[in-house]
Amino acid sequence: MTAPWAWRWAAYALVAAISVYLVAPMAIIVVISFSDSALLTFPPPGLSLRWYRSLAETPAWRDSILVSLQVMVLTAVAATALGTAAALGLASWRGPLAATIRSLLMAPLVIPHIISGAAIFLLFDAWGWVGSLQALVLGHIALAVPYVVATVGAALETMDHRLTQAALTLGASPRIAFMRVTLPLIRPGILAGLLFAAMLSFDELIVSLFLSTPQLRTVTVLMWSNVLGDIDPEISAIATVILLVSMVLLALQWFLSRQRGVPVLQGIGR
Amino acid sequence: MKRQASRLLLLPGAAFVATVFALPVGALLLRSVSDPTWGLQNFRALWEEPVYASLIRNTVQISLATTVCCILLAYPFAHVMATRPRLTRLLTLVVLVPFWSSILVRSFAWMVLLQNNGIVNQSLLRLGLIDQPLELIFNRTGVLIGMVHVLLPFVVFPLYGAIRAMDPALMPAAACLGAGPIRAFLRVQLPLTLAGLVMGAVLVFVMALGYFITPALLGGRRDAVIARMIQLQVSQLGDWGMAATLSLVLLVATLILLGASQLLVRSPARRPAG
Repeated sequence: MTAPWAWRWAAYALVAAISVYLVAPMAIIVVISFSDSALLTFPPPGLSLRWYRSLAETPAWRDSILVSLQVMVLTAVAATALGTAAALGLASWRGPLAATIRSLLMAPLVIPHIISGAAIFLLFDAWGWVGSLQALVLGHIALAVPYVVATVGAALETMDHRLTQAALTLGASPRIAFMRVTLPLIRPGILAGLLFAAMLSFDELIVSLFLSTPQLRTVTVLMWSNVLGDIDPEISAIATVILLVSMVLLALQWFLSRQRGVPVLQGIGR
Repeated sequence: MKRQASRLLLLPGAAFVATVFALPVGALLLRSVSDPTWGLQNFRALWEEPVYASLIRNTVQISLATTVCCILLAYPFAHVMATRPRLTRLLTLVVLVPFWSSILVRSFAWMVLLQNNGIVNQSLLRLGLIDQPLELIFNRTGVLIGMVHVLLPFVVFPLYGAIRAMDPALMPAAACLGAGPIRAFLRVQLPLTLAGLVMGAVLVFVMALGYFITPALLGGRRDAVIARMIQLQVSQLGDWGMAATLSLVLLVATLILLGASQLLVRSPARRPAG
């Protein structure tokens, strides 16, 4: 038919090798985090929870995880509110002004995070906010808004606008029509935006690196400064925790996109 | 009237992004001509001092090598993903899981794996393939392994879409008419999927230009890239003028390449030559 069997098996072998390349590093890190040895050997000589215990007993790790969770929740909620409102405002508006505003809102997705980080640092340094929770939250919101605009915008584009029209014709007030018809229809897009914003915030390193101080830093910033020193299984334990948070959010997102076909997107600035 | 009112919903988001993002980026870029004094001295330094020339050369070389590796690995992967429906879901998951994992975590994982006494070197030694550990980290090899790992999905997804969009009868038809597999690929499949391939490749190249985390952790200490230098200049040297100049160069390159790839994708479908 298409290709001789040898070609096909060569392609399968290559795809299997690429799959191992993509997935194995994370799997190995997770296994090493349960090691009972202080060496990063694989397979580990024995299994234990000592590195997780040491994480829980170190105030710096505990504080940084708390900071990251706070920033994540505040970012996700605020970015979803701002992004959803903006997507509603942009819906069915065409023209050069609309295109300009859309570009403005989407810009943080395209501009390399190293530039965003330096610029946001410049702003908050002038305001004396570096090392504060609000600086981290505001910085992360700016990066997360475009994700929400994209997912809610996509949901608005695919929904049937005649349904809202029908509700209005049947005597619903604009507010009721929005709450009872439009909002339920775009809810998957809003939830997807919320999850993307949360994932982005929890994983974010570069902007956080500029805005953190030893007194107040996210878990990725603390992991970064540890990775630059001597690496040990404790870092693989924190890496596993970070992976776990991402995977839980991804699983929720995967489930949602299975259901309603919300696009899986990823910014290119990272 | 009502439609006009709904546009007010844009105000908070647009005002926020303008204040916290757009204006600071503008203020940063302005420093390329205003810091330490007004003038083009930063651009002259960029042009004349060899350290910046090697910085840009390193960045472009690493980005090009990453792009080529991504294309070579992504094509067969996307092909199997698109043409074997039973594997599609599994392979999507295989790409999606790393895609959404922290880049810091993944770069750390590669540090562990590629160390002198890391798993890769130990396995190769045990298998007798090498006599002494290979230098896999703190050099270009390490950067390439780590960057391709991060950027591969950005070629896989557009390619998958392009291959899926192809008429499945075309390749059997080419074979029927006497084309061998290589000829059929080069004359039929490759031209038809070229737009997806180019889009993914440009995306990877552009993202690689601005990469910070992976080169900083896996790269050689003297083999700096643009993003690393921007961070150093801001947080350690306080040289805002040069940081802004490098940012401007990086941003202009990013926007030009992305704009060009958009034009290419929007232009009417090119027919396979011949």
